[in-house]
Amino acid sequence: MAYDKFNILRSSAVPLSIENVDTDQIIPARFLKATERVGFGDDLFRDWRYNPDNSPKAEFILNNPLYSGKILVGGKNFGSGSSREHAAWAIYDYGFRCVVSSFFADIFKGNCLNIGVLPVQISPDFADKIFRAIETDPKTELEVNLPNQTITLLSTGEHESFDISSYKKSNMMNGFDDIDYLVNIKPEIQEFASNLPI
Amino acid sequence: MSNTLFDKVWDSHVVRKIEGGPDVLFIDRHMVHEVTSPVAFLGLKNRGLKVLYPERTFATADHNTPTINQHLPVADPLSANQLKALESNSKEHGISYWGLGHQKNGIVHVVGPEYGITQPGATIVCGDSHTSTHGAFGAIAFGIGTSEVEMVLTTQCIMQPKPMKMRININGKLGKGVTPKDVALYIISKLSTSGATGYFVEYAGEVFENMSMEGRMTVCNLSIEMGARGGMIAPDETTINYVKDREFSPKGEAWDKALAYYKTLKTDVDAVFDKEYTFDGSTIEPMITYGTNPGMGMGISNAIPKVEEVEGGVASFAKSLNYMGFREGEAMMGKKVDYVFIGSCTNGRIEDFRAFASIVKGRKKADHVTAWLVPGSHIVEKQIRDEGLLDILKEAGFTLRQPGCSACLAMNDDKIPAGKYAVSTSNRNFEGRQGPGSRTMLASPLVAAAAAVTGFVTDPRTLIQ
Repeated sequence: MAYDKFNILRSSAVPLSIENVDTDQIIPARFLKATERVGFGDDLFRDWRYNPDNSPKAEFILNNPLYSGKILVGGKNFGSGSSREHAAWAIYDYGFRCVVSSFFADIFKGNCLNIGVLPVQISPDFADKIFRAIETDPKTELEVNLPNQTITLLSTGEHESFDISSYKKSNMMNGFDDIDYLVNIKPEIQEFASNLPI
Repeated sequence: MSNTLFDKVWDSHVVRKIEGGPDVLFIDRHMVHEVTSPVAFLGLKNRGLKVLYPERTFATADHNTPTINQHLPVADPLSANQLKALESNSKEHGISYWGLGHQKNGIVHVVGPEYGITQPGATIVCGDSHTSTHGAFGAIAFGIGTSEVEMVLTTQCIMQPKPMKMRININGKLGKGVTPKDVALYIISKLSTSGATGYFVEYAGEVFENMSMEGRMTVCNLSIEMGARGGMIAPDETTINYVKDREFSPKGEAWDKALAYYKTLKTDVDAVFDKEYTFDGSTIEPMITYGTNPGMGMGISNAIPKVEEVEGGVASFAKSLNYMGFREGEAMMGKKVDYVFIGSCTNGRIEDFRAFASIVKGRKKADHVTAWLVPGSHIVEKQIRDEGLLDILKEAGFTLRQPGCSACLAMNDDKIPAGKYAVSTSNRNFEGRQGPGSRTMLASPLVAAAAAVTGFVTDPRTLIQ
């Protein structure tokens, strides 16, 4: 599915400093019954965001009007657990284009890259600085520069570079996905399959 | 050059290496279920693409299915619609479909091995993180997202960077009442839920060599809970005896050829791993979790750690204990249990029901406990009857439900109510995993059985004759 091209993103950010945020929290399984990819943002962090009677939990960060933006800053080991791509869809559908953390779970990170959400892994120290800066001033802006592979805390100018493979970087900047690539090399795949030993 | 088991299987499936990017990896077997596939099939439709190798693709319904009255129409319209979508997508693309009511229906990671779809040395994927289960056969098996499901459907490949390699060695003899589930929970408690992220694990040593295939599947199943993509165990006689003569296993000459290949599937003596751990199996106790991730586990006779003993965030630890209604330094033993769940792709196999029955035999279910016993497949269900286990379970006051993922993930009707405590043989104790507000203690089938008959967290070793 096509997604928005990613180049330079400048935005305030929503801080969620909890560690080990698993994909069951990002979107609980009972909201995975759809057969189309629509509306998952409404159920992002459902059980942290809403009471059982569907009233918003005032203390949860997404319900705090002070915080907004296209960047979600998560705690260490963000996205662990279930492989459900719905977690990345919910984040995208809610309006985030980038997730920042000092450590990502593997499958979640791959899912994000496949649907146009940029996972930016930074040092624990820099993550702490970003959390503190947003706590002090919720309007604090970050700049995520994909071409240069840097993330900058604009209030202080502090920045770090982040890793991404040149292949995935090019995909994100052009809005391409892996299927476009694989479909183009189908004859090579079929040739490979016909020569498998078993 | 010396290679690991993982290198041998991965490298032989690389179609193309991309400079500064991932490998294009050929997938031998693709398992599909109702939850993570509909958007992938929709993607194919929108792009006008077909399934490239339907014969390498197998579909079953498990996550979103009821575990009672499976002969009746599914009541929830959203669930019914998702199940219908899998059926029509499978039919349209010529994929084997084992839906509700089909004799082969069951949990994807239970039926795959039972029918011989899982083979040593194969690459296996499914849109489910517990696909790591199939690594028990010396396969490279891991969970993928829906975008990747679409890729595999239409090109039989995914694009992934090759993970780093880790080996976990456990030697020594396991003590009384210590099961493969305890071994896995022990490893995760040592490594944490992110300790193996970025790695593919090989389990080695006499503890795994002495395990049944069911036990190896339980261990490999839980690899993802320490962050690993997957885990694998080199195939041996135990593996070959299990695989031989299954419906989709190679036959005749093809079997001889396959057997020769299976025998090459081991790590060379001087092969090097990026990381290696060694543990002593004789020190492992029956385990139980006290928190809200699978790394928060401990020997059942221990106390919940104190904040100062915990690595990582104090706030996250406190949040977790608060959710569970537990306090630091408390014993787990003696805590009241409301629900017991045995089943799932982790512990829904015959050996798990044998273990459960061995404890409840001659005892009675505690009155205040609700117990859900859910076989992973119809084959497991039949074995339970044929081996006389059902009589033992009934005598003790238990009933058996029908195959499915059930209470593992709170997607179907089987949900643990808010605030209630469940001892569960499944794989995740995340907040709300088994139902909004539910509180999960992960444990082995023996610990689950001990809780079911006493109504409290109990050391199963005190109940083993």
